[in-house]
Amino acid sequence: MKLRRTMMFVPGNNPGMLINAGIYGADTIIFDLEDSVAISEKDAARHLVYNAMKAIKYPCEVAVRINHISTPFGYKDLEVILAVKPDLIRLPKSETAADIQEIDAIITAAEIKHGFVPGSIKMMAAIETAKGIRNAFEIATASPRMVAIAIGGEDFLADLQTSRTKDGKEFHSARGQLILAAREAGIHAIDTVFGDVNNEEDFIAETTRIKEMGFDGKSVVNPRQINITHQIFMPTTKEIDHAERVIAAYKESLARKSGVVSLNGKMIDVPVVKRAERTLAYANAAGKNNGRVKL
Amino acid sequence: MINAIGREIPENIAGIKNIKPYGGPFEYVPTGRLTGPNIILNRPRSEKVLKSIEQAIDATGLKDGMTISFHHHFRNGDYVLNMVVAAIAKKGIKGLTLAPSSLNNINEEIIPYIEQGVITAVETSGARGKMGKLLTSGKMAKTTIIRSHGGRARAIESGELRIDVAFIGAPACDTYGNINGVEGKSACGSLGYAMVDAAYADKVVAITDHLVPYPLFPVSIPQTQVDYIVEVEAIGDPKGIASGALRISKDPRELLIAQYATTAIEYSGYFKQDYSIQLGSGGASLAAAQFLKAKMKQQGITASFGLGGVTAPFIEMLDEGLIKAIYDVQDFDIPSIQSMKKNANHQEMSASFYANPHNRGPIVNQLDVVILSATEVDVDFNVNVITDSNGVIMGAVGGHQDTAAGAALSIVVAPLLRGRLPMVIDQVHTVCTPGETVDIIVTERGVAVNPRRKDLRDNLREANIPVMDIEELRDLAYEFAGKPDPILVSDEVAAVVEYRDGTLIDVIRRPLQL
Repeated sequence: MKLRRTMMFVPGNNPGMLINAGIYGADTIIFDLEDSVAISEKDAARHLVYNAMKAIKYPCEVAVRINHISTPFGYKDLEVILAVKPDLIRLPKSETAADIQEIDAIITAAEIKHGFVPGSIKMMAAIETAKGIRNAFEIATASPRMVAIAIGGEDFLADLQTSRTKDGKEFHSARGQLILAAREAGIHAIDTVFGDVNNEEDFIAETTRIKEMGFDGKSVVNPRQINITHQIFMPTTKEIDHAERVIAAYKESLARKSGVVSLNGKMIDVPVVKRAERTLAYANAAGKNNGRVKL
Repeated sequence: MINAIGREIPENIAGIKNIKPYGGPFEYVPTGRLTGPNIILNRPRSEKVLKSIEQAIDATGLKDGMTISFHHHFRNGDYVLNMVVAAIAKKGIKGLTLAPSSLNNINEEIIPYIEQGVITAVETSGARGKMGKLLTSGKMAKTTIIRSHGGRARAIESGELRIDVAFIGAPACDTYGNINGVEGKSACGSLGYAMVDAAYADKVVAITDHLVPYPLFPVSIPQTQVDYIVEVEAIGDPKGIASGALRISKDPRELLIAQYATTAIEYSGYFKQDYSIQLGSGGASLAAAQFLKAKMKQQGITASFGLGGVTAPFIEMLDEGLIKAIYDVQDFDIPSIQSMKKNANHQEMSASFYANPHNRGPIVNQLDVVILSATEVDVDFNVNVITDSNGVIMGAVGGHQDTAAGAALSIVVAPLLRGRLPMVIDQVHTVCTPGETVDIIVTERGVAVNPRRKDLRDNLREANIPVMDIEELRDLAYEFAGKPDPILVSDEVAAVVEYRDGTLIDVIRRPLQL
């Protein structure tokens, strides 16, 4: 099971950061060609990212956030970046299924051109407007390449004509709709970044909140936010123990070719097994699986 | 001749007597007796306070060719060394050996006096900036000698480094020569390096900007060792002497290195009740202090003592009862200075007590864990902390060799790459600390364990950190940054690097391009 607890943005125009991006343990690194890169450096960033991806073996999923295709940079980004086969293309400001399908077609053509396995380059969409939130499910299901949807926080707040508050009430409705759409589509829901990297306390509060809402992970902007996020997403020992028992019971019932799974006299249904698998995947990723079960 | 780590040491080096090649960390067995200062008669109520530095220079009988010493506790706020050398120059004295415990950038002011021949030789722990360049340039009349803090104490006590006149910057001094470092506007905390100079120099001059009525207490350097006292307006710039509490790094790479280092300690087998530790003042070391503190609290472990250059995170651990005592040879920030003044468990110590290998027991021999930094390391675990990538002196050995040899576990932290330069390489340009005394190298990409320490490697397998061979780290560094060309040097030896026991571990040859 692929985890995306942390998706770390790395400015595409900073060679030092590109070299070290893989060492901090993020589940996904997102090389950014969009907001963190000045217009005068778009070209340089695109080629720096291309060369970094060609030269460096990153130990995690590698995504590239391209510029929107309505800008003069979006198509050029795809042309250069797709040649080095990123794991994931992150699209900014997605509002409709058509946005996704247009990029999907370009990726399909690139996979054929470069001889890559069809469908191997995935997509995720950032939703940054009210319209996008309303269309979240259509966006999430617009292509089989789609693996995640995320909220792009600052643009979304601008569209909503509001600003950040300590408890994040301005995001409540959007987060709720995003998570529902992602779950229905069977893909990941990723929360927006928390930009004040020195405010650990509020970062912890926000990340705990979105984890409890059901989000699969958070976009981060600084390596210092990675461990904190992973700690928050780490299941408790009690949860791991229970999950291990559920999986053991499930495996045993499979071995017995019994259709009924039970644990301590209680019936276990498929969602419970899936939840247990998810718990153990998070535990494994955090190196805390009580030394027993490996998925 | 080739020494025990394969470095070629010339048989004759100008100005260096009794060349002994390095043979191993505890191979050289010294003979002979400790030296001592001249015996003098002191009559009741003798007057020690003189009117000026010039008068003190006259009183000491300083002459051409003699050796003068200073301490570097005022760090980059030091006025004393510059002030005294200027006064000596005015008197027309020449050909002196300058033997400070270390040199800071602020001491560049004396370069003109070196060029004029007032100073013709330097024996110290290291140098930076223009001074480092000068010492590497081959323009000095005599070969520079670089010693560790323990090695310097040893050389002074054995008479190898004979100090004719020690000038001691005294943050507080009474009229009969009792000195401490914790009072006055130029308080610097411990006077650990100056203590050895005061005990062994033939003449000792205290220079103070805080002269107080007799008696001063507490006493760090006693009246029995001080000949003359001079009051001046200022002996240092407080801003350069000590900052507020040193800030913990926010650099994610340093934090990652610190995390790996802390985890290595946790799983090393030495992290247990009453262990002892020395941490440096570099970014990764300070961050490691924070992580270690959390682990100690979590696991209910306290340390028996902490050691070395002291910083605020260490003081916090002392105040919170996580460390029972601190032995202090140098302070880096104001909380440390204040702590030494008020906390009886915060104990000042001399450089000899700290690290001299030839006394009856330096405290480094009781040390469990030390974290040290490095400019570059090589596949034999040798460490360079003194020369830059261009072969020029830009750092100081400090207590590096001493603690690496004494501690049960010596951890060296260094980034794999600095800018575009690999820091783990085939062979360091200058060996300061021999690889046989280094147990673990920690970089942001992986942790290498010295093959001599199979026990440690086995322990670290359990830890959730990337344990790699040192060659893998080097290859990774070369993959990113390319293999650096060797620095081209002449045959001319500009400086020798002594091991702490007085043998020569390496020489620094003049780079062809300076």
